[in-house]
Amino acid sequence: MENFFDKVAGEPIDRVDGRMKVTGKAKYAAEYELPDMAYAVLVSSSIAKGTIRRVDAKAALRAPGVLAVISHENSIKVPAHADNEHPTEPPTGGQPFRAFYNNKVYFNGQPVAVVVADTYERARHAAMLVQVEYDKEKHTTSFEENIGSARIPSQVKKNPKSSLADYDRGEVDGYKKAPVVVEAEYLLPNEMHNPMELQAITAHWTADDKLTVYDKVQGTKPTQAAFAKEWKLPVQNVKVIAEFVGGAFGNGLHQWPHETAAIIAAKMVKRPVKLMLTREQMFYMVGYRPRTWQKVAIGANPDGKIVGIRHEAIGQTSSYEDFTESVLQQTRMMYTSPNVSTRYRLLPLDVSTPIWMRGPGEATGAFALESAMDELAFKLNIDPIQLRLINHTDVDPDNGLPWSTKYLKECIQLGAEKIGWSNRSMKPGGRRSGEWLVGYGMGVGCFGAHRGAAAVRARLMANGTLQFQSAVTDIGPGTGTAMVQIASGQIGISPDKITFQLGNSDFPQAPNQGGSATVATVGSAVVAACNVLKEKLLGMAASAEKRFTDVKMEDVLFSSGQISLKNSPSVGVAYTDILKKENLPEIDIIQDSKPGTEGSKYSKYSFSVHFAEVHVHALTGRVKVNKVVSCADAGTIVNKKTAGNQIIGGVAGGIGMALQEDAVMDHRFGRYITKDFAEYHIPVHADVPHVDVIFIDKPDYIIDPMGTKGLGEIAIIGVAPAIANAIFNASGKRIRELPITVDKLV
Amino acid sequence: MIQFQYTRATQPKAAVDAVTKEKNSMFIAGGTNLVDLMKRGITVPQRLVDINRLPLKDIKKEGSSLRIGALALNSQVAENKMVLQSHPLLAQALNAGASAQIRNMATVGGNMLQRTRCPYFYDTTMPCNKRQPGTGCGALEGYNRMHAIFGFSDRCIAVHPSDMSVALMALDASVLVTGPSGDRRIPFADFHRLPGDRPDIDTTLRPGELITAVDVPDSPFTKNVHYLKVRDRASYAFALVSVAAALDIKKNRIEGARLAMGGVAHKPWRLAEAEKFLVGKPVSEATFTEAANIAMQGAKAFKHNAFKLRLAPNSIVQALKTAAKLV
Repeated sequence: MENFFDKVAGEPIDRVDGRMKVTGKAKYAAEYELPDMAYAVLVSSSIAKGTIRRVDAKAALRAPGVLAVISHENSIKVPAHADNEHPTEPPTGGQPFRAFYNNKVYFNGQPVAVVVADTYERARHAAMLVQVEYDKEKHTTSFEENIGSARIPSQVKKNPKSSLADYDRGEVDGYKKAPVVVEAEYLLPNEMHNPMELQAITAHWTADDKLTVYDKVQGTKPTQAAFAKEWKLPVQNVKVIAEFVGGAFGNGLHQWPHETAAIIAAKMVKRPVKLMLTREQMFYMVGYRPRTWQKVAIGANPDGKIVGIRHEAIGQTSSYEDFTESVLQQTRMMYTSPNVSTRYRLLPLDVSTPIWMRGPGEATGAFALESAMDELAFKLNIDPIQLRLINHTDVDPDNGLPWSTKYLKECIQLGAEKIGWSNRSMKPGGRRSGEWLVGYGMGVGCFGAHRGAAAVRARLMANGTLQFQSAVTDIGPGTGTAMVQIASGQIGISPDKITFQLGNSDFPQAPNQGGSATVATVGSAVVAACNVLKEKLLGMAASAEKRFTDVKMEDVLFSSGQISLKNSPSVGVAYTDILKKENLPEIDIIQDSKPGTEGSKYSKYSFSVHFAEVHVHALTGRVKVNKVVSCADAGTIVNKKTAGNQIIGGVAGGIGMALQEDAVMDHRFGRYITKDFAEYHIPVHADVPHVDVIFIDKPDYIIDPMGTKGLGEIAIIGVAPAIANAIFNASGKRIRELPITVDKLV
Repeated sequence: MIQFQYTRATQPKAAVDAVTKEKNSMFIAGGTNLVDLMKRGITVPQRLVDINRLPLKDIKKEGSSLRIGALALNSQVAENKMVLQSHPLLAQALNAGASAQIRNMATVGGNMLQRTRCPYFYDTTMPCNKRQPGTGCGALEGYNRMHAIFGFSDRCIAVHPSDMSVALMALDASVLVTGPSGDRRIPFADFHRLPGDRPDIDTTLRPGELITAVDVPDSPFTKNVHYLKVRDRASYAFALVSVAAALDIKKNRIEGARLAMGGVAHKPWRLAEAEKFLVGKPVSEATFTEAANIAMQGAKAFKHNAFKLRLAPNSIVQALKTAAKLV
């Protein structure tokens, strides 16, 4: 095994595209200007359920510059919609929403028409002039009032062996036999996707049967496949560009109504059409972390050993798609417990479909599980850290497999030292700083360490530069930078001579950027491509330098743009000289890579532990997160700077989850009330304290040749319970419903 | 696009004339609220009279008051030396509001005239008597966490969002206006109104009247003051409850007190009874707690804002303690 770790060791180089981003040269989906561009603005439903009686577009059509007002009354039929099939097979399962397909309204804020005009401002104005008449039907949007209607997900009905199916290890509800039991219900609100970049698409039919979209998505290939299917086109006739994505967090893992609306509009007005959602529209139609009710019961012996856990979850979904996520996995594998029962149900409501949001499922589940662990620790009068250590497991109790790597104990130890855990009072309310109650809390997170299949194109040029191409997107973590570093470490070319082009479906295959799998997946293809290049270079080296005749790979070094002999380092030949000698303008290869079978012998997870020091104002209930320490076991860290940024961002998101984010709906109307940044709060700088990031930084070569494990998700998983537990430790108040706002503490 | 005329005035009289001449005309200064309202179709003026060039930006001493021009920017007032020396409470309140960027655009006059942030007011598909009289109050039976506990009516339970105005209320300021029938002075307490049966009207300004300045009288409240704003995050959020507290303390005895609250009523809410109670009392947490209890008399909550009945008195105590430097 190549020891990648020693070669790269997390050099904190600047982002390769940093300058482009801060100088405005990086182009996002809504920033492409095409000749003859038209602009589209959606008209949204103001009812939650019913049918559209009439769309009165007269006034809008009379407005200056308006090219079309498109609704179900006059829309062209999308080929796959017309067949009444499940045209795009949404990643969430069920019937995808079909824009302008018929007169039905499934959720408030649903696009019911789109106005196309020659400028954005004219389209926006005309959209306000469209009058829509409805026949209202009684809608069902209240989670609390309808929780009794929760049911088994359709995926489980189809496949009873699904990981979402009811799960029992050992005895059903074995926790009940334990001498000490904690049992509590937890509730998470709907949390809305609000990346900085709004959802946007520029759709361009370059020929009757050829479509190019500049789209805010997390995968160009999956989007290409979806639209090819929807429009019944050969896959190669659809081109998807997403070169820069301004944050996505899961928001771009699904095709949404506005995308189809823009493509329909472009087809109908025969011009490229640009459509960008407003911030308010982001709350209604492009997914969110679903409201989820959970109940956790843990039974333990007085010494802290867990006897059994029961964890139930009910998540909200739409009436037309079954969105599911893995809420209960951590409960099955984190702690040694002979008896574990989990139950997952869905509650369909007259709302739009949720979607994965950073740390999907697990961040929700970890809030309940890690809060319940804290409740158990308190009841047993055992330090919460000690309780984790007592129930630590060195094999995955879910499947009996050994971990590929697991440094969770080290994470706990390092994090505890850094936050000053020894200052924590075992008794809630036991520490004060002036008028502020001081508390410490911790929460553990984990996420499956995934790796998929991908290919990259690599071109080693005669001038010694190396260019890569991959269809993968970079939704913010710094994918291009990481890939350049991986390649640099592997082939010995300095990072400034390597470029990594991405975000284009013409480039070689890559999956969605999601599930923290990109570095493992695409990075492995980069390593594989570098290895092929190295073999080719070595094979040709003798023509430039005779002493490389019959030399084997293990006898040479690839460094500083040249091959040299290990035992006589002064003998070397530059890659440029090899290409010159061979009279080659470049070496151009496409190399794929996929995980081997070795991985199936292990259980593979990334782990994190988050520690929070929180101050609660005794009189007014205000909360200040004073300090956060996050320690991550995520394998080799390719770039300590970008990786550290990811953790800090995840912690900021976790603070939002814990203390602020809450999409409140008025169920009389089925409309959101907190739907702009004045009412829907996310943390500002002043809410985010210094975050100490600690990486274990030990490789896991079971997963990929770099030794990496995913990082993006575990950055947030466990943050919310760490804060909630710290609030309990500070104030004695156990808040089980997020967000923990002043009103719950005063 | 919705067409509107735009003119620019350089003298107050011309501005007043321009707004009076045409129906549905409005002054625009920083535009930090009005432009949002226009974008959403909540306010649809036919003419905007830009008053940014009127000579109303000065902050100067005028007799026994500090006169702050209506067009002085929030950020300029907050860092003005005279304001910091004689009315630190006002500077604190200003800095608690909005963001640095908005404070750099927003004017003193505009700050007072900002409309409520009630979400039912902003969503044009929902009922709101303030936006569209007669449609009902969406918040009354709806989501009313941010809403009033004092002075509301069955037509409207919205709150006024300004921080600055809470301090001006406590400091007994007055508002100087000029209009078609001449100049007048409005005591700050009379400037904003309670909703009653006309929640669509926020202030007692008459048609065509222009705010020219705010007078803040000299007072002994230069040292023991505190503006406490409790909100859902550390910055850039409207108040759940805010308290402007000012004390005149001599030898641990309260000689004078001023108290006003934000986030609890349709206008900045002066706590006159509590002020009266405080005068002559010793500085102590017990005194402040009793004052807070007096202040809360008559408060009534709705479904989602009952917490304000606890938060408001605790905030009063906290603000007074901080002002008295008991913490």
